[in-house]
Amino acid sequence: MSGLSVADLRVTYAGRPPVEAVRGVSLSIAQGETVALLGPSGCGKSSLLSAVVGIVEPSAGAVAWDGEDLTRVPVHKRGFGLVFQDGQLFPHLTVGANIAFGLEMAGMARAARAARVEELLSLVGLAGLSGRGVTELSGGQRQRVALARSLAPGPRLLALDEPLSSLDADLRGRLAVEVRDILRSSGTTGLLVTHDPAEAEVMADRVLRMDEGLLV
Amino acid sequence: MKPWPASARLWWALAALPVGFLGLFFLWPAGTVVVRGLLGEDGWGGGDLAGAFEVLTRSRTLDAITTTVGLAALGTLGSLLLGLPAAWALSRFSWRGARTMRALVTVPFVLPTIVVAAAFQALLGRSGLLGGLGLDQSAGAIVLALVFFNISVVVRIVGGAWESLSPRLADAARTLGASRARAFLRVTMPALRPAISSAAAVVMLFCSTSFALVLVLGGSRIRTVETEIYLQVNQFLDLRAAAVLALVQVVFVGIALWVSARARAPRPPAAVEPARPPRRLERLGIAAALSPTLLLLTLPGIALVERSLRTSDGYGLDHYAALFGEPPARSTLSAPVWQAAVTSLLTALVATAMAGAVGIVTAMLVSRRARRASALEALVMLPLGVSAVVVGLGVLLTLNRSVLGVDLRGSWWLVPIAQAVVALPLMVRALVPAARAIDPRLRAAAATLGASPWRVLWRVDAPLLRSATAASIAFAFAISMGEFGATAFVARPDRPTLPTAISRLLGRPGIENVGMAFAASVLLAALTASVMLASERLRTTVGAEL
Repeated sequence: MSGLSVADLRVTYAGRPPVEAVRGVSLSIAQGETVALLGPSGCGKSSLLSAVVGIVEPSAGAVAWDGEDLTRVPVHKRGFGLVFQDGQLFPHLTVGANIAFGLEMAGMARAARAARVEELLSLVGLAGLSGRGVTELSGGQRQRVALARSLAPGPRLLALDEPLSSLDADLRGRLAVEVRDILRSSGTTGLLVTHDPAEAEVMADRVLRMDEGLLV
Repeated sequence: MKPWPASARLWWALAALPVGFLGLFFLWPAGTVVVRGLLGEDGWGGGDLAGAFEVLTRSRTLDAITTTVGLAALGTLGSLLLGLPAAWALSRFSWRGARTMRALVTVPFVLPTIVVAAAFQALLGRSGLLGGLGLDQSAGAIVLALVFFNISVVVRIVGGAWESLSPRLADAARTLGASRARAFLRVTMPALRPAISSAAAVVMLFCSTSFALVLVLGGSRIRTVETEIYLQVNQFLDLRAAAVLALVQVVFVGIALWVSARARAPRPPAAVEPARPPRRLERLGIAAALSPTLLLLTLPGIALVERSLRTSDGYGLDHYAALFGEPPARSTLSAPVWQAAVTSLLTALVATAMAGAVGIVTAMLVSRRARRASALEALVMLPLGVSAVVVGLGVLLTLNRSVLGVDLRGSWWLVPIAQAVVALPLMVRALVPAARAIDPRLRAAAATLGASPWRVLWRVDAPLLRSATAASIAFAFAISMGEFGATAFVARPDRPTLPTAISRLLGRPGIENVGMAFAASVLLAALTASVMLASERLRTTVGAEL
C-alpha cells in the first residue's frame, strides 16, 4: 500500500515503573494526505510521532512506507522531516544555512542549494532573509524557517509536533492556513500533533483522537 | 533522541581511550601506592601491616598529621573570617569599584601555588616588606597564604547564595518585631548556612592539598603529610613510609570530599532584585569589611614585584636578565632558568594535547546521561580525589621503568603524563556542562534532515562546543604550566620545569638566587594568568552564543 502505515506501535520509557506512553497504535496515512493526532498533553501523541520519525525507539510494532519496513532504519535514512514546537533552528547557522542543511546532507551542489533556499524562503514568505542570524527572528519567523528547513530536502512525510503552539492566537490562525496550503501545493504527506481542535480541523484532512496511549 | 554514539559497542570503543589512559597513568600508579603502603615492597606476597603501623606511629608522622589538620582548620577559619564580610559587601550592594574588587578576589585562583608561595616569601621573609612581623618560616605565613587563596571560594559560594536571598525576608522579620541583629541571626544566617558549610568544606579540601605553600613557607620546621611524603622520597629514600603517608593523604582528601559532597549548597534561585547602592553607614561597613581582604590580596603581589627588582645596590632588571644567563654558581640549578621555562612550555603543550584528546572524547561520552556515563565521569574525576602529590608519587613508583616495551626510566615523558592526569578532571568538568547544554532535539533535528550520527557530531556538536573546548584547553595548559605537586616528584633534576626551578632557587640563600626566583615567579604568573584570562574570555563568549 502507498503512504505510511503504522502497526501496533508501542513506546515504553525506562524507569521504575516503566512508562508506557504509546500502548499499541495502528494507523495509515495515504500519500498526500494530512492526518492530525489530537489529544490532551501526556496522551502519548508526541511519543507516537517521535517513534514514527525515528528519534525514539519503539518497544514493539512496525513503521512502514509504501510497504517497506522502516522500523530498523535510522532517522537520517528515513526521509521523514520533523518540525519541532520550538523550531530547534541551529543557532550557529544563518537562516539560509539552516534551510540548506538538509540539502547539503543530501549532497546537492552549491548553486542548486542556493536556488532551492530562495524558492523555499519565498514559499514561507521570508524572501531576502537568507543572510540573517536565527537569533534575530521573531517567533513566527522562526517557525516559518523551521518549516522551510524541513520541507527543503523534499521529505516523503512531514511530521509537525505542535508547530504553532508557541505563537500567539492571531498568528496561529493565519499560519495554520498557510501551512495547510503549503503542504497541499507541495503534495507532502503530513502527520500533525496538536492539542487544539480548531487547528486540527483547519490543517488536516482527517483527525484522529488519542488518549492514554491509544487511539479513541 | 537516542544517545550518541548510537550503539553501546561504539561507546565502549571510544571509552577505551579515557579508561586506558587513566588505568595506565592513574589507577595503576595510585593502586600501587595503596598496596605498597599497606603491605610494603613485596606487595600481596609477603606483606606486613605492622610496617605500615610502625610508620603511622612515628612521632614525625603524628606531627605531620597534626600540622595538616591544624593548618587546614586555621586556613578555613581565616578564609571564613575575611571571606564572609567580603561576600556581604560584594553581593548586597552595588557601588563603584565593586566589579574591580570582585575581579581582584578571583585573581589568586588563576595563580600557580608556587607563585603564591614565592610572593608570601617575598612579603614575609626576613628582608621582605613585612619581614619585621617575624613570620618567616612560620605557620602564620602558611595560614595567611591559605587565606589568600581561598577567600575567592567563600566569596563565590556564599556571595552567590546571598545575592539570591531576598532582603524582603529580613524586612518581614523586622516588621514582626525583630531587631536588625536578630533578623540577621534568625533569618539571614540560617538561609546562608548550607552555602557557608559547603564553602568551608571546599576550602578545607584545598587547604589540605597545598603542598607548594607548605614546602616553601614552612621551611624545615613545618611539615604536613604532603611535604613529609616528599621528604621521605627525596631525603630519606624511604618509599614505604611515603606510600603509607600517601594513604593518610588519600583518607584526608576523601573525608574533605565526602563532607563537601554532603554540604553541597542548594542551587540558589535567580537574583530576586538588583543590589542597591549602600547608605552612609553601610559604606563604612563595606570599607571595614573589605580592607583586610584588599591588603592581603595586594601586598604579596607588590612585594613579589618589588623583590624581583631589588638588587644588591638598589633596583634594576638584573634578576630578569639573570634568567637568561648561566645559573649562579651557588645554586643547585644545572640549567639556566630560561631553559626551565622552555621545558615548562613543552611539557605543558604535550600534557595539554594528552588531556585535550582524552578530555574531549570523555566529555562527549559523559554528556549523554546514562549509567555507564556517570561511571566514566566518576572515574575521570578520581584524580581530584587524591592530591597531586599522590599522583606524582604513584607515577614515580610505577612508571619509572619499562612500560609496555617503552623505557620510561627517568624519562621526560613522566612529567607531561603526570600533569595531564592532574589537568584532565578539571578540564572535563569545564567542558561537560557546555556539552550538556546542547538541546538533544537539536541533534534530532539534524538527523531528520538526513545527517548521520558522525555528521551530527561534526556539524552540530563541534561548532557549538568550539569556544568551550578552546577555553578548557587553555585552562588545561595553564594548570600544566603551573603544576607543582606531581611535577616535583617526576621532573628530572637536570631538566627542571619553571615551578620546580623556582622552588629550588627559593630554598637557596643569597640575593641572586632568591631574586631570580622572584623574577621567574613574576614571569610564570604573567604566563599562566594571561592564558587563564584568555580561557575566561572564550568561555564568556560561549554563554552569549547559546
